[in-house]
Amino acid sequence: MSGHSHTAPPSDPELRIKALESLLVEKKLINPDAIDAIIETYETKIGPRNGARVVARAWVDPEYKARLLADGTKAIAELGFTGVQGEDMVVVENTDEVHNVVVCTLCSCYPWPTLGLPPVWYKAAPYRARVVSDPRGVLLEFGTRLSDDVEVRVWDSNAELRYLVLPQRPEGTEGWSEDRLAALVSRDSMIGTAVVPAQGAAS
Amino acid sequence: MNGVHDLGGMHGFGPINPEPNEPVFHHDWERRVFGIMIATFGGGHYNVDQFRHAIERMGPVEYLTGSYYEHWLASLETLLTEHGAITQAELDARRAQLSREAK
Repeated sequence: MSGHSHTAPPSDPELRIKALESLLVEKKLINPDAIDAIIETYETKIGPRNGARVVARAWVDPEYKARLLADGTKAIAELGFTGVQGEDMVVVENTDEVHNVVVCTLCSCYPWPTLGLPPVWYKAAPYRARVVSDPRGVLLEFGTRLSDDVEVRVWDSNAELRYLVLPQRPEGTEGWSEDRLAALVSRDSMIGTAVVPAQGAAS
Repeated sequence: MNGVHDLGGMHGFGPINPEPNEPVFHHDWERRVFGIMIATFGGGHYNVDQFRHAIERMGPVEYLTGSYYEHWLASLETLLTEHGAITQAELDARRAQLSREAK
């Protein structure tokens, strides 16, 4: 395996993928219509709205929350979110004492069924390098300032195990419906780089 | 495997610069790379560990300067040629042909 050479000069990725796709289609190894369907699914159906449903359910249903923290994969599947890159899920709960944040230092492991495909910054070097050594500083770049007495836990994902953060339910949402709560839950709050802000006028 | 992909704790990469309202894909070629990866992975041409390992086998400069979907593209090219779905000669010839047609 180590004999692989890197002699081919890098060229335009657009041309390279076109060359690859046309050969695979000619050899009937892929079907272009199926590729289109896969792309559409990940652009329109699978995304952080799914994870927000999970969080909102956990906020309104203590029994669901207990199941979610005990066996994330199974509880997430109850809401219909299963599949590639979500086979083994661990849900970590934010509390007044602990704030969780997720990274994949080695590559870009991310829970696709609940969050969709990861944003560029999650996959890029600065976040992967820094969040493990300076999580509070990294969170500040996202506008998230944690109190000094909150413990920060950074979870390094891998190909076998993916994490989802269960953010704290914000103040000012007492009696809200599950749908209304789900609309508050951002992608970043489920990665742990953000929190869900308190609602309502500070009167 | 020890390598440049093992980024945890490294210094010097600068700010994170999250993009507000980021789209799922930034270029159409990224869509094709993603879809072809899912289709060939589903077709059993390689497994997830082989896919990641092929990214880790990229040259360190290429790895650090390449975007996520460029990593995926490099891994697809490596694995699909190594595993015999296509040959490097076919790939080179097709790239040359497409390059001529684009001019």
